[in-house]
Amino acid sequence: MSEPNPDLRAMLCGIRLDDPILNASGTFDAIAAKRVFGRRLIDRFPFSAFVSKTITVAPRHGNPPPRLWEASGGLVNSIGLPNKGLDGFLAEDLPQLAALPVPLIVSVMGSSPEEFAELVEGVAPREEVAAIELNVSCPNVHSGLIVGEQPVEAEALLVGLRELTAKPLIVKLTPNLADPAAVGAAAVAGGADALSLINTVKATPIDPETLRPWLGNQSGGLSGPAVMPIALAQVRAVAAAVPSTPIIGMGGIESGLDALMFLAAGADLVAVGTACFRDPLAAERIRQELTKAMRERSIFSISEIPGRTGWALASTEIEGQLEG
Amino acid sequence: MSGPDRTLATLGRRRAEVVETAKSGAYHLITVLDRGGPEPQPGQFYMLAVADLPGTGAGFGPAAGLGRDSQWTGRPYLPRAFSVAEAVVGEDGVRLSFVFAPVGPGTERLARLGVGGPALGLHGPLGVGFSSPRRLNPDAAGAILVAGGIGIAPIAIWRKRLAATNTAVRTLLGFRDAAHCGGLELFGKCANLVLVSEDGHLGRRGFVTEPLEEMLAGDGAAGAAVYACGPPAMLEAVRVICAERAVGVELALETPMGCGFGACFGCAVPLADGGYLRLCVDGPVVRGDRIETALVAGSGHRSRR
Ligand SMILES: Cc1cc2nc3c(=O)[nH]c(=O)nc-3n(C[C@H](O)[C@H](O)[C@H](O)COP(=O)(O)O)c2cc1C
Ligand code: FES
Repeated sequence: MSEPNPDLRAMLCGIRLDDPILNASGTFDAIAAKRVFGRRLIDRFPFSAFVSKTITVAPRHGNPPPRLWEASGGLVNSIGLPNKGLDGFLAEDLPQLAALPVPLIVSVMGSSPEEFAELVEGVAPREEVAAIELNVSCPNVHSGLIVGEQPVEAEALLVGLRELTAKPLIVKLTPNLADPAAVGAAAVAGGADALSLINTVKATPIDPETLRPWLGNQSGGLSGPAVMPIALAQVRAVAAAVPSTPIIGMGGIESGLDALMFLAAGADLVAVGTACFRDPLAAERIRQELTKAMRERSIFSISEIPGRTGWALASTEIEGQLEG
Repeated sequence: MSGPDRTLATLGRRRAEVVETAKSGAYHLITVLDRGGPEPQPGQFYMLAVADLPGTGAGFGPAAGLGRDSQWTGRPYLPRAFSVAEAVVGEDGVRLSFVFAPVGPGTERLARLGVGGPALGLHGPLGVGFSSPRRLNPDAAGAILVAGGIGIAPIAIWRKRLAATNTAVRTLLGFRDAAHCGGLELFGKCANLVLVSEDGHLGRRGFVTEPLEEMLAGDGAAGAAVYACGPPAMLEAVRVICAERAVGVELALETPMGCGFGACFGCAVPLADGGYLRLCVDGPVVRGDRIETALVAGSGHRSRR
């Protein structure tokens, strides 16, 4: 009772944050939320930094409905990255996002290195932008390969983008491959400042009536509590592969204890995604619960969490195969 | 009644105690006391947290107590959107009533709630409500309200509001059959009420769009403002009927919603001029001429067991 409250302050590539809890890209639209909740959203902003929904060079309408399917303990989505495109984002959205009381991270996706370069060159010079997250879960139109699934592609992309900006570049890893740590390490070798993971897990719900895929886009990605153990395994593997690179861990975080598990697995920060849909203030509750969970364990700052220095990967985690 | 008919939502999920539950025909009514929230506009909706309650801190990890409910299957996971059917402001808060039919894991969970039991987690009020007949049609002589099945909910609260402002209202309620019928009490001793059922068990036999077409025949169209809520096929028929006669119409649509506040982009409805709107923030009430169709893939009540 007389114990002090744990110090939640965190750091992301030189950006000071009040606590380690961000939103996951595409799961909280601060502009729409302001229309719904008004000023209160700004007075009580739930995240310590705001990550935009992924933008692309050209505007996109998104995928045909249905776009959502509720799974056991989670959600499958195939939204299809609707956005106003780079110019629309810079003109209409950025000024509004700049008015948020926290640092802004802009998420971008290109379908070629040239598109990624155009996005980074468009976004990075804006002083409202603290960092850029690269969503690499998309095929490169030249090679047909998904950048985030190929260490060679990921490294080459980062080498090219690194020349364009000194602002932090965060690479968002996809979980849909055997060895995300190899891609993470390649991205860091190419010049990435931080890594975030996991994106959604590829998933295809079947409509019980028609027995055909339910989603308008056939397949989508699973998020929510159902993916959390997968995310923890990948965070551990990536943390072990890039010991000094900051990691934003996410995937199914619903409670403060969940957040603490990610920090213990090697994440430096965490992001809350699907849980926001259940409660727009979920991140605030998670922050309170994280404080309590740390205090109960006599942990008084984020840096005291054992994290990646506290353990080494077992050989079964590296080689796999033995589970089940 | 000016400006967009949106009452801002209270931020975050809160608990509302159940003060009444009732069955009405095939439908269930649940009334909760929302101590923290404002009075909603007719047509606005709430996300009802049919799964675990806020404040328990239960995620799905070891602290979640998965064994708490033997029915627990991991669904419902997301909250569900429900139009408010009645809102009564009292000293202790707003009594909000919702109508539902137990057709899936979310609504079944809702049906198990009762007075004295666990409170209902909710957030809202969300979306935009109906706009006045004059805004729909400057020459409006009154309003025609059309509801199909469980679509009675927003129509009931809108009818009450219009009646309170001395607007001439004609109400058409259509039901498929006795197994898909209920909630008539919400309309009390309502004047100018036409009941229609497809099987003829109640009122006139046929589709609710038939008396609508009769009302819009001849000079009827010029002074009309139409509001409708119901299954997608009915709303599409109403949209087409009104478009053909250049009658202003607002439709309260329904799609699956993940969040209700514009966060997930899951509630896409195709626009007449390309692209999509997000029904939770740009609707759920939309003008008929804005959308391409009311037959949105994945929408409508259906079992997803
Ligand atoms: C509806 C929805 C939309 C998403 N959109 C994006 C996006 O635009 N860009 C992105 O990098 N990730 C996107 N994601 C993935 C999330 O950022 C996050 O990586 C994933 O959902 C796992 O976290 P969670 O389980 O807490 O949701 C989206 C997820 C959902 C559920
Ligand atoms: S329901 Fe999530 S954006 Fe509309």
